[in-house]
Amino acid sequence: MSVQPEPEADARPWSLIIRPVRGLLDLRLGLLLQYRDLVSLFVRRDFVAVYKQTILGPLWHLVQPILTTVTFTIIFGNIARLPTDGLPGFLFYMGGTVIWTYFANCVTATSQTFSHNAQLFGKVYFPRIVVPVATAISNLIAFAIQFAMFVVLALWYATHGYPVKQNWTILLTPVYVLMMACLGLGVGIVVSSLTTRYKDLAQLVTFGVHLFMYATPVIYPMSSISGRFAFILRLNPCAPIIEAFRYAYLGAGSVTAAQLLVSGATCVVILFVGLVLFSRVEQTFMDTV
Amino acid sequence: MAHAVEMVGVGKAYRLGVIDRAMLRDDAVRAWARWRGRRRRPTGEDAETQHRQGAVWALRDITFGLDEGEVLGVIGRNGAGKSTALKLLSQVTAPTRGEIRVRGRIASLLEVGTGFHPELTGRENVFLNGAILGMTKAEIRRKFDEIVEFSEVAAYIDTPVKRYSSGMYVRLAFAVAAHLEPEILVVDEVLAVGDAGFQRRCLGKMGEVAAGGRTVLFVSHNMAAVQSLCTRALVLKGGRLDYGPGATNGAVDHYLGQLKDLVGADLADRSDRRGAGQMRLTGFRCLDGAGRDLEVLACGNTTEFVLAYECAEDFRPDGAQARVVIRAASGPTVAVLNSEANGLVVRGASPAGTLSCTLDRLPLTQGAYIVDLILSTDGVTQDWVREVAAITVETGDFYGTGMVTPPTHGGVLFDQEWRLNGVTAPRTCLAKGR
Repeated sequence: MSVQPEPEADARPWSLIIRPVRGLLDLRLGLLLQYRDLVSLFVRRDFVAVYKQTILGPLWHLVQPILTTVTFTIIFGNIARLPTDGLPGFLFYMGGTVIWTYFANCVTATSQTFSHNAQLFGKVYFPRIVVPVATAISNLIAFAIQFAMFVVLALWYATHGYPVKQNWTILLTPVYVLMMACLGLGVGIVVSSLTTRYKDLAQLVTFGVHLFMYATPVIYPMSSISGRFAFILRLNPCAPIIEAFRYAYLGAGSVTAAQLLVSGATCVVILFVGLVLFSRVEQTFMDTV
Repeated sequence: MAHAVEMVGVGKAYRLGVIDRAMLRDDAVRAWARWRGRRRRPTGEDAETQHRQGAVWALRDITFGLDEGEVLGVIGRNGAGKSTALKLLSQVTAPTRGEIRVRGRIASLLEVGTGFHPELTGRENVFLNGAILGMTKAEIRRKFDEIVEFSEVAAYIDTPVKRYSSGMYVRLAFAVAAHLEPEILVVDEVLAVGDAGFQRRCLGKMGEVAAGGRTVLFVSHNMAAVQSLCTRALVLKGGRLDYGPGATNGAVDHYLGQLKDLVGADLADRSDRRGAGQMRLTGFRCLDGAGRDLEVLACGNTTEFVLAYECAEDFRPDGAQARVVIRAASGPTVAVLNSEANGLVVRGASPAGTLSCTLDRLPLTQGAYIVDLILSTDGVTQDWVREVAAITVETGDFYGTGMVTPPTHGGVLFDQEWRLNGVTAPRTCLAKGR
């Protein structure tokens, strides 16, 4: 079709070959490793920039879950009198809120990857996946702070005669956190990939995530749901994770190993679909903004 | 010598069309067709059909090789595909066809300050920006002192950059980019921001990189810069390779020739225009003092520029003003004739008409100039057409003294009055003595 440029004298390999749209499974995750310094700098930026020049600084991470938990305790515990698996209401809601908040923030923040960084992406190349991964990690730092507060509180309750006790499944915490992160990142990048083409989705995400909380056992325990709804609820991959957290740290929660495995598999599948979609979109998204 | 960059049959198509409900339907139809036709059609061909409908090719069939250590000028009119070529090369977007092969790291000087976060300190931003441009932390740490020294903002390095003056900001950003030490440097002067001093530093850095045996791609409208800096050049036209890569002088001549051809094109038919378009320019003429069309303008003669305009239905041209931008063929803007600054803003005029600007004595020296026209209403650019005309100016008697000004005496002539010991010299006519 076209003429080749003059023949090569030297046969050193090319360091980069740019071709039209790559294969569907050519995800180039190795680049993420190559750009790990950028990931860590983005994490730092996300974390540091938000609280610069505020008086409370990172303490703000504690204010939000505390206020939410207080509100939930009053409305769902004292007014609506929803069951809490026999656990102290404050602790029950705090566990759910902390974990749910991580997932929700992860989804909302990563879903804006392309729209918020259009200017940056339009000028310089780096693997785009760096941005959502960094977002998921920087949210993880916030989560760690909040979760530490929850754990301290759970230990206090356990040692002061409340019906709260921890068990060995605490050791599985890293697995649960990883599942949560995969799911948050996965859903986020699926949405961010689709919003480059269908901007309407961006409208849906914020309140969609908000509504989805009610389909997750955050303000009620799994055990209070029975029949058809219980089955539907089990399809939600977040549900077993939250119940498993509660079981490990508070000693009450209904979840089986099988449910956790299914949830884990779902998380991995969603993340994979997200990565495929994302690598598709990142190559040509600049043409559509 | 080995190639640093090779492009083979590279093309880039942009899909046209707006995003609305019809798009969702189209997507569904296409997905359905693809699913049904999967066995019959290989995917490559499928992509082709997609691009045949409602796509515009910004770049087509570009093939060339660039040797290591070469400085290649990329020239062409706006919309010729220069920026698209750079975007493909820097991987901002993927090509539709062909293959680009690269040896070594690519960096570009147009991304100065990309990713700077206002809340972070200068130090933090140096690291962040460096990493965005592809450096590792260790690399940045090694060059950090050098970068800070080069930027001349050492005293403020731990202050958030939002407190920087714009000059400090640009200096720091440029310092980071300048210390990338890429094997291949891409400079888009057309997009480069900053003052003249900053642009000079960009060009200086570019020369330094080239002298160090590395490869440079330089996009510019400034023919003088291309001629002085580039070892070879290519000309793009309508997305295709129109000339070269070949000798720089040949490419520049070819480009200037292109501009001349353009003048023949009817202004109303030009499609490469920007602006809201409710009011459009439909014609441009240069007249002499007696209202006759001029082929060639003469320095010092009465000259009238006439712009014809037309409005869309129901659009009133109130608040409209025009600007005539006169540029030297080699690039820099020589003068802007501005209707608003000279008291003309359209009020209550008919939806089609003319605006004209008369210069009693044309103050341009001999040479070739390019004219751009801009029409705007209350701050909204209605129509902006570049390279509307290429005008040739001949020498003439601007001062009325009979002395013909040579082109080496700068681009623009001024009225002036000289005194000897405070006494105005009598205006003698030089020509008389001959």
